Amino acid sequence: MSPENGKHLPESDATGLNLKETELTLRLPGETRGDIEIKAKSGTKRGFSQIIDLNHDRSSDVHEHDDRGCDKLENETLALQPPAAKAQIVGWPPVRGFRKNAMKSFKFVKVAVDGAPFLRKLDLELYSSYQELLCAFDNMFSCLTICNYLNEKKLMDTANGVEYVPTYEDKDGDWMLVGDVPWKMFVESCKRLRLMKSSEAIGLAPRTPQQSASTS
Amino acid sequence: MNYFPDEVLEHVFDFLTSHRDRNAVSLVCSLWYRVERFSRQRVFIGNCYAISPEKLITRFPGLKSLTLKGKPHFADFNLVPPDWGGYVQPWIEALAKSRIGLEELRLKRMVVSDESLELLSRSFANFKTLVLVSCEGFTTDGLAAIAANCRFLRELDLQENEIDDHSGHWLSCFPDSCTSLTSLNFACLKGEINLASLERLVARSPNLRSLRLNRAVPLETLQKILMRAPLLVDLGTGSYVHDPDSETYNKLKTTILKCKSIRNLSGFLEVAPRCLPAIFPICLNLTSLNLSYAAGIHGSELIKLIRHCAKLQRLWILDCIGDKGLEVVASTCNELQELRVFPSDPFGVGHDAVTEIGLVAISIGCPKLHSLLYFCQQMTNAALITVARNCPNFIRFRLCTLDPTRPDPETMEPLDDGFGAIVQSCKFLRRLSLSGLLTDQVFRYIGMYAEQLEMLSVAFAGNSDKGMLYVLNGCKKLRKLEIRDCPFGNMALLSDVGKYETMRSLWMSSCEVTLWGCKTLAKVMPRLNVEIINEHDQMEICPEDGQRVEKMYLYRTLVGPRKDAPEFVWNL
Repeated sequence: MSPENGKHLPESDATGLNLKETELTLRLPGETRGDIEIKAKSGTKRGFSQIIDLNHDRSSDVHEHDDRGCDKLENETLALQPPAAKAQIVGWPPVRGFRKNAMKSFKFVKVAVDGAPFLRKLDLELYSSYQELLCAFDNMFSCLTICNYLNEKKLMDTANGVEYVPTYEDKDGDWMLVGDVPWKMFVESCKRLRLMKSSEAIGLAPRTPQQSASTS
Repeated sequence: MNYFPDEVLEHVFDFLTSHRDRNAVSLVCSLWYRVERFSRQRVFIGNCYAISPEKLITRFPGLKSLTLKGKPHFADFNLVPPDWGGYVQPWIEALAKSRIGLEELRLKRMVVSDESLELLSRSFANFKTLVLVSCEGFTTDGLAAIAANCRFLRELDLQENEIDDHSGHWLSCFPDSCTSLTSLNFACLKGEINLASLERLVARSPNLRSLRLNRAVPLETLQKILMRAPLLVDLGTGSYVHDPDSETYNKLKTTILKCKSIRNLSGFLEVAPRCLPAIFPICLNLTSLNLSYAAGIHGSELIKLIRHCAKLQRLWILDCIGDKGLEVVASTCNELQELRVFPSDPFGVGHDAVTEIGLVAISIGCPKLHSLLYFCQQMTNAALITVARNCPNFIRFRLCTLDPTRPDPETMEPLDDGFGAIVQSCKFLRRLSLSGLLTDQVFRYIGMYAEQLEMLSVAFAGNSDKGMLYVLNGCKKLRKLEIRDCPFGNMALLSDVGKYETMRSLWMSSCEVTLWGCKTLAKVMPRLNVEIINEHDQMEICPEDGQRVEKMYLYRTLVGPRKDAPEFVWNL
């Protein structure tokens, strides 16, 4: 799975720290470099490479299942990462696990499926990509499976062959097709989800498999 | 002493409420020991592995109230792997088999299963109080058993437990005949609640004085409940969200005016700040306010709320209150005794975090302050010295800089002198947690001045064994010492082995202690359990004595190595 938002691991370059201007940064739309600088202030910690559990911005869960002991080279490479990669020391700050989990942000939204009498709810903060969201739909609605051959983001009811396209209502009250904007932007603006029958989504849903530049 | 019949001695002992006093009394002579043990009803066991349930039952046949603690404190911060231990099942089994008429059970950091709860609920006809703090291993099915079978249940208090929520029906398991509830706290449950059952339960509980709801209880239900329970003293709201122009909200405003007894307020797990004015009328009477889970209240709304709470003695808050907000607390809450400021962003950089400025303001405005837990962006020696001077009454002082080795940002010095001032000024200090850049010097101060210190938590501090030695030698009343990521090794560990029998426990992780050091200590001190926690494969195959030990936990015990230790825990 390719990382979100076009983040790349930079070439290993020990002088990278001096080249701030050309440094790749993880930036959300609208964020300025100044914002990144503020985050950088308490960023680099020296001497904790054995115990750091580098936990990236959730948009890439590439390292989520790593052992706690990352090897040193990996640490140094990642230390050149944009400051948005937050370094965590295990067990610090000393806050009870229950409280830490409670302070995690939730974003529960209602999910409606055309034709189904009951709605469901899911927490968008649990997922870091559209692909994961589709998997969540797949799990939540047992009759639906993903058919996402070329980034179309569709689901199909295997029993009757009906195709569904995920749509969402945004903050302005408009109904939008899921998948156009970066994941985080979507989470921020999504108020509710609706799996709409493809047949009704004429004009909205992709007709044929398209080459899509958007990330999954 | 021989002239008094036992009953008189017993009556005198009745006046001794603290465990320590009763323990002391039992040491005077065998007659007093005997009288004391037959009349003892409440027992506190700080480490469930220090003694066996059978020995407890033998000594105190009149036991009615038991408090047990399981896992080491650092388990709260994910430093102890799951399945480490701390099971309550053997205790409940042993008590159930005996003739003990258990009425109260309070557990902290223990593993509690549904089976345990079921057994508990069926074994003690007069069971009244269950308090579970930071426990895990059970589901709402276990709660259902408690609700259904404990006919005279008064308190069910669940604080910050990891409970598998199978939703809804457990509340309905309280029979209609159950009318004895005085305290119900299920704020930590994550699932749905049968609201109708809850309302009926409250309606038939005339003695209910403490009620803390979970997120699933909406504002409409809160209003109906308050109508039924106007004598509540302690309230934890669930979801506090509604349209402030609605009829429901107006009803709530009127209902709250009748709740003149509320002194403790908490909750607001979900909150619509525009609905806060409904609670302003009761704020003046509040002595305790816990907004540490109320991430939805900040900025000017938070400050407006605080300004109404002039009589607060205890305040738990998030650091998004900022230094400015703390200044408002300082000017409003002059009776404040306990303050806890939690990080609102425990994973992040904390733009909103508080600094030394807020703490100094508090120390000026709140001279009665004696308990502090303060997560902050930074701290200075000057500030700590000022705080020490303004508040000499600290009993608990726990400071946590979000960057654990941050020096004084003004001078770039370690925070040794600041903490030194605290221990020197606060002669009654019993609990201390340090953070920031710290050298051996801070431990020298602690050893010299912290005469009443019982619990010390240290992380990323010190330069050499001397640091730990200062503490072990100087703090005569030390009971619990927990250390992580410090350069303390075998020399410090082995310098005064007898000391550990005067303490409850010692935790050392990511220090310089080696397997040899731990083995040596274990050999010399048979009445200590010296446990090593191995999470990595390296140790399993060919553990060399010279190898550093990742995690060591030692504690005094009367019953030898525990039999329920998992594979990754070695008792040396």
